[in-house]
Amino acid sequence: MTIAELTKKAELTSYTGTTGIKKVVTGGYISDLLSDVMGRATQGDIWITMQSHLNIIAIASLRDLPAIIIVNGTKPSEEMIEKAINEEIALLGTEKGAFETGGMIWNILNGNS
Amino acid sequence: MTLNYSISGGDFASAGNASSAVKSILKQLNIDNGTIKRVVISLYEAEVNVAAHADNGTITVDIDNVSVKMVICDSGPGIPDIELAMKEGFSTASAEVREMGFGAGMGLPNIKRNCDLLNIKSIPGEGTELNIEILLNQAKPTER
Ligand SMILES: Nc1ncnc2c1ncn2[C@@H]1O[C@H](COP(=O)(O)OP(=O)(O)OP(=O)(O)O)[C@@H](O)[C@H]1O
Ligand SMILES: [Mg+2]
Repeated sequence: MTIAELTKKAELTSYTGTTGIKKVVTGGYISDLLSDVMGRATQGDIWITMQSHLNIIAIASLRDLPAIIIVNGTKPSEEMIEKAINEEIALLGTEKGAFETGGMIWNILNGNS
Repeated sequence: MTLNYSISGGDFASAGNASSAVKSILKQLNIDNGTIKRVVISLYEAEVNVAAHADNGTITVDIDNVSVKMVICDSGPGIPDIELAMKEGFSTASAEVREMGFGAGMGLPNIKRNCDLLNIKSIPGEGTELNIEILLNQAKPTER
């Protein structure tokens, strides 16, 4: 499923406009530990986290994670948004927590909603 | 081909720049994705360790037909017990660094898991040198 479709279905806020929205999401990974994501996320995963600083963009870019969802309503900085656009990472957000967000994305990716 | 970079202690904003540059070069050289992934994970973790734990570091990356060799050398506190530092979960990261999501004690284990050769030399009070080698075209499952 493309980021564009997923963003719409999950009613996510997009901070980076059309950046990367045609890329395909094949799975997901939930973690706030950066080395855990670095070592264990799979290419194509959408990354769900409460971390909101520049290093998460670097990690998504290095590991070919097409999008990040920042949970709990935390807003990314302008600097993060700029870096995400440069690195072609879709930076998304939701007021929901990581548990609910993960469940929702799981259902959408598996055709349950 | 030899590439050189530098990294400063505390400079988290720049951590990852060397990994990102090396990734683009390996892509241009048509190196396979699996190998690129292993190089990127290893180099990123080493870079972040300089930012998180040391004062100043240099990175040298050597690419030839056989392997990618990386030397990450820093001046800093050094690692008093390397065996302990290699254990998953062991970390001396500050509260500030942990708040950013670093300090899970998974960086060195990630490097170990993804490279073909790892050599750590460290003198407490002086610094640390990591030698990492990743062979080209060697499918190595990194998933456990
Ligand atoms: N370059 C270094 N200089 C000094 N100490 C280091 C260095 N690299 C690692 N260490 C020590 O080894 C420990 C383990 O390193 P490792 O990368 O596995 O975990 P971490 O950096 O603490 O957390 P994470 O990598 O999961 O964010 C560190 O907490 C630190 O005590
Ligand atoms: Mg580390």
